[in-house]
Amino acid sequence: MSEKQMTMPQLGESVTEGTISQWLVSAGDTVKKYDPIAEVTTDKVNAEIPSSFEGKIIKLHASEGDTLPVGEPICSIEIAGNEATGEAETTTEAAESRQKTKQSMKKRYSPAVLRLAQEHDLDLEKITGSGRDGRITRKDVARFLEAEPAQASENLNPAAGMQPAASAGGYAGAVAGQAAAPEAKHSAIKSEAGDRVIPLTGVRRAIAANMLRSKHEIPHAWTMIEVDVTNLVNYRNQVKNAFLKKEGHKLTYLPFFMKAIVAALKEFPRMNSTWAGDKIIEKRAVNLSLAVASEDALYVPVIKNADERSVKGLAFAVDELAARVRENRMSPDDMQGGTFTVNNTGSFGSIQSQPIINHPQAAILSIESIVKRPVVVNNMIAIRDMVNLCISIDHRVLDGLITGRFLARIKELLENVNPENTPIY
Amino acid sequence: MSVRSYIEAITMALDEEMDRDQNVFVLGEDVGKRGGVFQATKGLYEKYGELRVMDTPLAESAIAGVGIGASLYGLRPVAEMQFSDFMLPAANQIISEAAKMRYRSNNDWSAPLTIRAPFGGGVHGGLYHSQSMEAIFANIPGLKIVIPSTPYDAKGLLKASIRDNDPVLFFEHKRAYRLLKGEVPETDYVVPLGKADVKREGTDVTVITYGLMVHHVLNAAQRLAEQGISTHVLDLRTIYPLDKESIISAAQKTGKVLLVTEDTKEGSVLSEVAAIIAENCLFELDAPIKRVAAPDAPAMPYAGPLEQAFMVKPEQIEQAIQDLAEF
Repeated sequence: MSEKQMTMPQLGESVTEGTISQWLVSAGDTVKKYDPIAEVTTDKVNAEIPSSFEGKIIKLHASEGDTLPVGEPICSIEIAGNEATGEAETTTEAAESRQKTKQSMKKRYSPAVLRLAQEHDLDLEKITGSGRDGRITRKDVARFLEAEPAQASENLNPAAGMQPAASAGGYAGAVAGQAAAPEAKHSAIKSEAGDRVIPLTGVRRAIAANMLRSKHEIPHAWTMIEVDVTNLVNYRNQVKNAFLKKEGHKLTYLPFFMKAIVAALKEFPRMNSTWAGDKIIEKRAVNLSLAVASEDALYVPVIKNADERSVKGLAFAVDELAARVRENRMSPDDMQGGTFTVNNTGSFGSIQSQPIINHPQAAILSIESIVKRPVVVNNMIAIRDMVNLCISIDHRVLDGLITGRFLARIKELLENVNPENTPIY
Repeated sequence: MSVRSYIEAITMALDEEMDRDQNVFVLGEDVGKRGGVFQATKGLYEKYGELRVMDTPLAESAIAGVGIGASLYGLRPVAEMQFSDFMLPAANQIISEAAKMRYRSNNDWSAPLTIRAPFGGGVHGGLYHSQSMEAIFANIPGLKIVIPSTPYDAKGLLKASIRDNDPVLFFEHKRAYRLLKGEVPETDYVVPLGKADVKREGTDVTVITYGLMVHHVLNAAQRLAEQGISTHVLDLRTIYPLDKESIISAAQKTGKVLLVTEDTKEGSVLSEVAAIIAENCLFELDAPIKRVAAPDAPAMPYAGPLEQAFMVKPEQIEQAIQDLAEF
């Protein structure tokens, strides 16, 4: 018999920590190798952690909702067989018991340490304790302040610590760096008798951190156009039954809109860019982030190289992402690398919305409901299928003029949709 | 400047003050011809005569009472209690008369009396010659209690006590008398009362102590320095009223405080020092305030091994400092 530790895996390149969103086993359970033992949330993504060993779960080292750094033990598994010698066993045990007490003293802060942490707005988690069993001493804090004034000031302003390179794995970075920010701001709010207190899930925390960060950092500007999509509605009605029969997928309006947006993005690359502090980076790839809601959370999976896809290809990609969100199969990779976000608010009946930009992108566009409205055509009143397109832009990167041209181009493409210029395949 | 023992420094102080001020005289058991049981008043009888170096009967209340009376007449008596253990018969005179004289007379009278008393254990003195009496008198406003830890301080503090216009209890450690030697200037200097003294600068652990224990603590600090532990040592010197400012700043220096006394633990002077730190330094503290003291047993045993077990030992202090440093 020997004891093995399961540790928090690295889920994605820039991920430094993970939150146990759900335990799938409890102490005393027997697991086979590769059996899922826990669901972990990192980057707005739930991943299942498979067991690396076969054996009996002895102890869970974290509770649901706990956020642990990558590599930190999450549970201990007792393994049958004698792969470890008696001596090695005692060493492991000793090391482990040391580690346990170490963990317990690491968070026992003296008044002096707490005061210093508060005065300098320090994250004590970042300081290594040299005291007994890993306790952080007053001297440790003093040394930390002396040695790393940069690190200390980073904590004063969490946003300043984020690298502009976060564009690659932006969300992961945002989650790791800022998850605490919204909590801290609202710590003073108290619940009253009868209120229901809902603990934050990792996903909720990540959403809060990202939204806050985007609103804090990005000067948002907003505009809206209305588009006559009667042609599109007619075209789609013509082909939708055949498509369903042939492909086994429903053909919605969304892929047509995406097709037009992607085409416009290719013509206006500035819309497909990111603010990088001292420069603007126009992205070559057109990776469309798509806001997809689940029951109590919002995910923004990415359709990579959307410009290379046909209407059918986009339709399939949207269905696949929606299925993954529903079934909780998102991988961190699915969420990364987006360059522009499309938000299908029309699906729940909205006719106008003011979306928050998906940091670090430069713009987000929402497609509202298509509604029949009386409009003036050739000095006559006609009943047309109308839709509003709303866009929020990063005003550091984009101005009204280019945004207006971009929207006008989308409008033009959508209003003139026909089978010739917009084939399904 | 020459190297003198602790007791020689005491004798020097008495000699210098008697020479300087005609009003200064000493009284006590065997202080005259005999020169005192520890020889603290050696040579004074020959130099100043029996009227200024006065042998008394075995009656401590009388020694204190005569001293108080003489002080009211403008003299500056230095009364010797042969052992501090025998001060208790004089406690009424000291506490109810001397300490309250200025207050009771609305500042018209004062009792500039110094009472010298050898104290402390580790000299094979048994129950009645080993006690630490300071805590008994350390909550009597109107008194000052002084305990020097070096020959230099002993001379300077005794001279300051004699010149002070109110009663001072001056405790001298018996073991220190001939154990401690140091440079003592022959010049006329005083060490101010009411001021603690940093005997060693350090950054890891603060030790606050007094009396013979200062010597043990400094030795421990010296050894620990070789292991990279830096000890800050504050010598209280005046243990009543306490030098709060120095105590607070010493505690704040490291946030880890060890208090050392030879007295029994509960209700010792250290308890008050700990309270001052707790009241003032909460947000500077990085560890619990720790005390090293004698066990709460009625008296120092006579048997050698038991006496050794009772006394606070240098290794004990060293261990306690190390423990705090690692906390």
